[in-house]
Amino acid sequence: MNNENKKSIKERTYSWLDERFKLSALIDYAKKKSVPKYRETIWYYFGGIALLLFVVQVVTGVLLLMYYQGTENSAYESVKYISTKVSFGWLIRSVHSWSANLMILSAFIHMFSVYFLKSFRKPRELTWYTGFGLLVMAMAFGFSGYLLPWNELAFFATKVGTDIAGQLPVIGEPILKLLRGGEDVSGATLSRFFGFHVAVFPGIFTVLLALHLIFIQRQGMAEPADWKDMPESEKKYIPFFPNFTMRELLIWLIVINILAILAVFFPWELGTKADPFTSAPIGIKPEWYFMFMFQTLKFLPGEILFLTGEFVGIAAFGIAGILWFLVPFWDRRTPSGKRNTIINYAGIFAVIFIIVLTTLGYILD
Amino acid sequence: MNDSSDNEPVKTKRRDFLGLLLGGGFFAWIIALFYPVVKYLEPPEIEEAKVSNVKIGKVEDMAKDSGKIIKFGNKPVIVIREKTGEYVAFSAVCTHLDCIVQYRKDYGQIYCACHNGRYDLNGRNISGPPPAPLTPFEVKVVKEEVIVHEKEV
Repeated sequence: MNNENKKSIKERTYSWLDERFKLSALIDYAKKKSVPKYRETIWYYFGGIALLLFVVQVVTGVLLLMYYQGTENSAYESVKYISTKVSFGWLIRSVHSWSANLMILSAFIHMFSVYFLKSFRKPRELTWYTGFGLLVMAMAFGFSGYLLPWNELAFFATKVGTDIAGQLPVIGEPILKLLRGGEDVSGATLSRFFGFHVAVFPGIFTVLLALHLIFIQRQGMAEPADWKDMPESEKKYIPFFPNFTMRELLIWLIVINILAILAVFFPWELGTKADPFTSAPIGIKPEWYFMFMFQTLKFLPGEILFLTGEFVGIAAFGIAGILWFLVPFWDRRTPSGKRNTIINYAGIFAVIFIIVLTTLGYILD
Repeated sequence: MNDSSDNEPVKTKRRDFLGLLLGGGFFAWIIALFYPVVKYLEPPEIEEAKVSNVKIGKVEDMAKDSGKIIKFGNKPVIVIREKTGEYVAFSAVCTHLDCIVQYRKDYGQIYCACHNGRYDLNGRNISGPPPAPLTPFEVKVVKEEVIVHEKEV
């Protein structure tokens, strides 16, 4: 009794919770968690950065919802209202746009680092698949969110993007109608994209994210492939808590500052309101993460053999995407401890292809 | 023992039948559940007022060597007045990926900014990715008034 009274409030709160939720088990787990320390440790932070930016997206997205109106006649005006009349509205919108782009960038870096470090190998195949799903969902978020301000650039980007989906054989036409809510991009499309962006995608994304994080917690951090035959004494680790966590927090702080600088000094433009009866403006561009595909389509001729150029382009990207997704499945060499250089060459080719075509997209007319 | 071995095939058959009934019933139930949702997502056909011609103004309203987009019902149509003063009109929807084309004076051609597609003033796709020519429209001048018609087949 006496002893009990001497305990501080902190200790008593802890033991109250511990009796009910077995906190000590969690703490033991956190103590054991560690991150391999070697040349490539830096890449282990990027998943966390993407996670932080996703949280920023949720918070700023909810704030934008307080004023945004998703109809053909009021979408553009409501975003203008947010940017010009609402206190700090410009900042919230700018942060939402910048954070979206930085999130996709960090997710890309995260994916390529996992790919080159071959962390997708057994037993982490499902982590890779869910991660790939998250990246696709992030791009779907970007594509649907891009239309919401209902400006000219977004209008044509959506026309092109949905028309590409419509090129698919057999299922193309129904998908096109499902996405557009009709034959053409119209107010109906805006309503649907709004629904996808704020309800459907967040739901799917949350499930995938939960699975992705659970898998990582269950399996721990991936160790480099060549650690397999190394004696325990030579392996170095950083304790996840507090060392790695503190570093991650520091990086988050830096990312938030970068985000703030970008959002304040390069506020996101609104452009001119969409009009279904104007020509596509010269110099029209999609968001940068679609640029390499956009630029490839520009280079393809109208017809290749007996197929249309766009169909060949879309099919090629589709197949490449599926192969990329299935890499843990067809990479049979890495799990058995052999080097699989094809994986590296394919990855390097993908990176160079994306960089070159993206650059061309920005420097050519 | 004898009894049970006699009954066994009957029992299995009965069980199989019940399983099939249940499974089939469940499958039908799933379809009944999702059918309305799938149908709901399919946008209803909207009745459109049929437009057969659109007046776009006087002959001299448009400068020579220029183009503009007009509303033809709910479809965009590009009307071009050539250097010679002749009028031509085409569907403004690029045959590549659905963008809206424009008249470029500097090329003297119809141009799509989305993927650098080009058409000549007969609507033929001449360079870039467009796979087919633009659908032509007819332009008639009646009493100095320019009227765009749907081309008769």
